[in-house]
Order: sequence, then C-alpha cells, then structure tokens
Amino acid sequence: MASDKAVEKPGKPEKAGIKKDLNSGIPREKLVAMLEKMLTIRYFEEASIKAYQQKKIAGFLHTYIGHEAVGVGTLDHKLPQDSVVTTYRCHGLYLALGGSPREGMAELFGKVTGCARGKGGSMHFFSKELNYLGGHGIVGGQFGIGIGAAFKSNYNEENAVSFIFFGDGATPQGTFHECMNLAALWDLPAIFICEDNQYGMGTANSRAIANTDIASKAAAYGIKGYTIDGMNLAEVNEVMKHVVNETRTKRRPALVHMKTYRFFGHSVSDAGLYRSKEEVDSYKEQDPIGVAIKELTENKWMSEEDVKGLQKAVKARVQDAVDFADESPEPPLEELTRHVFKDEVENMYDPANVGGVK
Amino acid sequence: MAVLDLRDALNQALKEEMTRDESVFILGEEVAEYNGAYKVTKGLLDHFGPKRVLDTPISESGFTGLGVGAAMMGLRPVVEFMSFNFSLVAIDQILSNASKMLYMSGGLFPIPIVFRGPNGAGPRVSSQHSHNMESVYAHFPGIHVMSPSNPADAKGMLKAAIRCNDPVIFLENELNYSAKGEVPDGDYIVPIGKGDIKRAGDAVTIIAWSRMMNLAHQAADELAKQGVNVELLDPRTLKPLDMPLIAASVKKTGRVVVVEEGHFFCGLGSQIADSIYTNLFDYLDSPIVRVAQSENPMPYAANLESATMPSVAKIIQAVNQVTYRT
Repeated sequence: MASDKAVEKPGKPEKAGIKKDLNSGIPREKLVAMLEKMLTIRYFEEASIKAYQQKKIAGFLHTYIGHEAVGVGTLDHKLPQDSVVTTYRCHGLYLALGGSPREGMAELFGKVTGCARGKGGSMHFFSKELNYLGGHGIVGGQFGIGIGAAFKSNYNEENAVSFIFFGDGATPQGTFHECMNLAALWDLPAIFICEDNQYGMGTANSRAIANTDIASKAAAYGIKGYTIDGMNLAEVNEVMKHVVNETRTKRRPALVHMKTYRFFGHSVSDAGLYRSKEEVDSYKEQDPIGVAIKELTENKWMSEEDVKGLQKAVKARVQDAVDFADESPEPPLEELTRHVFKDEVENMYDPANVGGVK
Repeated sequence: MAVLDLRDALNQALKEEMTRDESVFILGEEVAEYNGAYKVTKGLLDHFGPKRVLDTPISESGFTGLGVGAAMMGLRPVVEFMSFNFSLVAIDQILSNASKMLYMSGGLFPIPIVFRGPNGAGPRVSSQHSHNMESVYAHFPGIHVMSPSNPADAKGMLKAAIRCNDPVIFLENELNYSAKGEVPDGDYIVPIGKGDIKRAGDAVTIIAWSRMMNLAHQAADELAKQGVNVELLDPRTLKPLDMPLIAASVKKTGRVVVVEEGHFFCGLGSQIADSIYTNLFDYLDSPIVRVAQSENPMPYAANLESATMPSVAKIIQAVNQVTYRT
C-alpha cells in the first residue's frame, strides 16, 4: 500500500506533564463514572483473588489492580467501531469497556455463561459487541491482531482506531517491532499502549530492556511517542484524548508509554519477593482510586456518603457476579468439540472414527 | 477446459475469488510488484490494485498476525509464505492465534484465513529450505490442511479454502508449479475433506499427495508393466482425512503403501497407517509399508539429496514388499 507519508516529524517522546488535579477539565459526571469503573475493576479483581483462594478459580490469574487509571482513562475515548486487544492481564479492560461482570466472573469460574463460554478462562476474555479481540497468553502475540484490526479499518474506509495494550515485558519481543514497522509503513490507525509496571514477571526492566524509555522507540518508526503517568487518571484521560483524535484523523500510529504499577504479584502465585515493601507502598500512595476519592470529596463533588454509597453499590454488583458465576452450570460436554471450527466440512476429524477410544 | 500449469490454476482461483468477494485480499513477500516469487500471484496487482495485493516487509510474524486480526474483524486474508519454511517464524500466530481463536473465544471470532505457499524440498536448497510442514500443522485442532497434486485440484481446493470460515494451511510444492493438466473453467470447487482416486487398481493402494503423487504415477506405470495394478489415492485434504474413501480402497486391495515427502518419524503417514490399522485391520493382507524422507536434515550434495528423498524406486520396492514379491 503506497503511503503518502504526510508524516509529522518523527517525534521525540512527549512527556505529558498534565496538571494532576482531577478537576482540571474532566466534568464531574464523567469523573464519577470513571471512579465507578475503577472501583468495579478493583472489587472484581479482589473478588477473583478470594475465589482463587477458595479454589473456585484455577490456572493463572493476573489482576489489573494498580493499573485501573490506564484502562479507564484510555478507553473512555473508545468509540463503538474501535477495537481493543491486550495481554493475559485482560479483565480490567473488559470491565472498563463495559463488559458484564457476571460474564467475566463466570468465565473465571469456567462456566458456560462466561464471556468465552468457559473455554478461554482468565487470560482469554472476548466480546464481539465491544470489539474486544481478546486477552492473549503469549507475550507479544497480540500486536499482529491489533494492527490487523487497524488494517481492516483502512480497508473498509472506516474511521475506527485500534487500541493495542501490552506490557513492558513485550517490548523486547520481535512482534512489537515488526508490527510498529508495519503500522507506520502502511499508515494504520493503531495506538500502541505500553502498560509499564516495571517488571516482566520478576525481572526488573533494567535487567531486560536496553533502553527503558519506551516512548523513544517511536522515533525508530517515524511515529510519535508519548510518556504518561499511568497512575494519574486526569493525565491519562487528557493525553489519550489527543492521541486518539490524532490517530483517528491523521491515520498514523502512535506509541504511548504508561508508567504504572501492579499492587499485587505478576499473578496470584507470585509472592513478589523481588520488590521492596517501600517501593510497593510508595505506589499505593498514588492509588488512582484513593486519589480520585480524595479529590472528589475535597472538591465537594462527592460527599463521603456518596462515596460509600457508590462503593457499596459496586461491591453489591460484584457480589452478584460472584453469585451468578457460582450458580451457573459448567459447560455441557457437547461444548468440548463445539467451536473448533465454524464450518462443517466433509469427514470432519473425530478420533473416535479413526481408532480412538469409542 | 484449458490445459494450465498448476501455478496458473492457483492464480485463476485467486483471481476468481477476489473478483467474487471484495473482502478477500492477499499479502506476503514479493506477491505484488514482483508478481510472486513463484509467479502464483502474477498480474494480481495490476488487476486488483495495491489495496488488495500487498507486498509486505520480511516480517512473517507481523504480517501473519495482521492477517489474523483482519480476519477477526471480518476480512478474508490469503497469506502467502514465500516458502513454508518461513512459516516457522510465524508459527505462533498460526497455532496460538489463528487455530485457537474461535474456540477460546467461545465461538465469537471465526478466522477465515488461508496460509499458502510452497512446502517441501526445492531443488538443491539444503537444510533450512526443505521442510515438510503437513504433520506439524495437522497435529493441531482448529486448522484444516490441504495439499493439491494437480492443476484442477489446485484450483478447486484453493477456492474451497478461501471460502472456508476457518483457517486453512494450503501446501503447494515448488517442483510441482509447472505440472500441467486440464482445469475446469469457472466455479470449480473441490470440497475440503474429499479425497480422490487418481488411478483405479486392485493390487495395492498407494496413498500419496502433492508431488509424491507424481512419483506414485510413475511407479504405477512401471508396476503395470509387471502386471501389478495399483490404486492411487490422493487424500487432497490431509486433515480431515477422507477415511471413507481410504476404507473403500483398502477393502478392495488389502495392501497399502503410504508415501510422503516429510520425515518418517511422526510423519502424517504414521497417522494414516494408524487409522487403517485400527479400523481396517481385518481387511489387511500385509503390514503397511511407509515411504518417507530419511532422518537427516536435507543435504546439499546431489547424491545425498536424492538418497534422502522418496523416489519411484523406493515406492516400487515398497509395493513389492506389501505384495511379498521381494
């Protein structure tokens, strides 16, 4: 595809440095709605950890706790035609998009009422109506999917953009660089959003990434790079408004470096011994939920009772999701071989017909 | 019916399907301006333009993943690998993403995509350019594997693959692109999962696909002179296998030779033999004999290369073995 290369100068990374005040431009209604989403994610993840300890959830479980401002602040700008793809840390974005907590929790419980009928589990949340193209379990495996969605937007002359979330640990993967190159080469409306929580599992970035200034890598592909404080909801929301608008209108990809932190281990089985308590506590002080509540109440946009009421309502919704998941049936055995293929073809392979146990 | 090279039959299939359905596009290395490394995509750029015929950078993982994402959003990509050896660079996209997406999304996201290109050994290209990938891809659920042996099948099978709403691995062969044959005009479809008897016989069933079917034909000619009428069975689709067709032939002949270009151990032929043993044991008059590539990387030296590969002589020897003529 020929590109007219009407490119802005390949950017130096932009440090956003937006005012930290939450009332710096976000209207009250929207701020309350974003707080509600962040609380939904937080309580959902806390409930999932509890259910894991009760052995109602198994396998891997990577929670979004600490990252809430990134997902909620960014996806506030997603339009219905846009698509989102991410890593195995995928519950938070699903909820930020408005995915059903019931279907999400049921997926974690391995129930047929789950958002992937209990076949995907924690790492593979999907939604067709939200164009949520999945959580993906291979680090860096989702970049291609994201630029493919952006390609389709151009192919069909739609004005959709593609949000591609990934961790800092994916930046040394080849797919990251291949797909940034393709997106820049073909003018694909893809936004590469690095949720940098500073550790790829237990390996600190300084031990894995030669250049930890992620946004500076944009220059290698002639696109713009941004660095954002991912703990700051206002900054995420404001800068992403600009990035999404630019990508949508100029049809050029962008790279965004969100500096964030996970309050828990990489997954529930990670005790996090590679991080000091002081370090974790210093980020917990920046907890975007705590900050939002503090500023909302200090600005008298919400009373303490309002906050408590909201927290209670969200907790009740999450408890309802847990109850729903608990009471839902497991997938019937017919589901075992359903959805391996979309189409029936002749002589569909079935081990029972070629000598397997009948 | 025109007589065409296999490469032109594939070209015709691509052109017809791209004309029929706007959502079909092709991408890969050198497919557009260069007209394809093996000229399968010749003229497509001129006909359909750069929107639908895209030269990619050498980023197999990237452009294969792009195809998967485009398919999730409703397009129908045809991804060309200049050689299936290079699909190894993209294998995570094929196996972890394309083949599992529908299932792990609980049925939400079908992946209508074709991965096509030459499979197997080219002439004298040594170790890294000679892999046979059918048994690798056929191992995994969620993906169909097809491999045509003649131009008519090539056209009909590729059209079926492009229309399929699931991922298809479509294995061609460099040494077979110039094979000539009559090709039906217009909308000719060979359904996925349907094999074909290429030559009827009653003494032995030789099961072979892709270029190995050419060798089987030569062996059959030679054996006919000796009064042995072999039946040549081309599964065409390697997964799912046309077991009813195989069963009918085995019941008729009672003796089976399976020929494949890939290595012996865990080769697709072992699955075919297993399926016959477990289902048709009582109909067999002798153990199945497999002809496959020897257990070494492909050497460059001409004599070692030909010693590595299956051959007409080896097929004849296998037939002699199953008929106890040795």
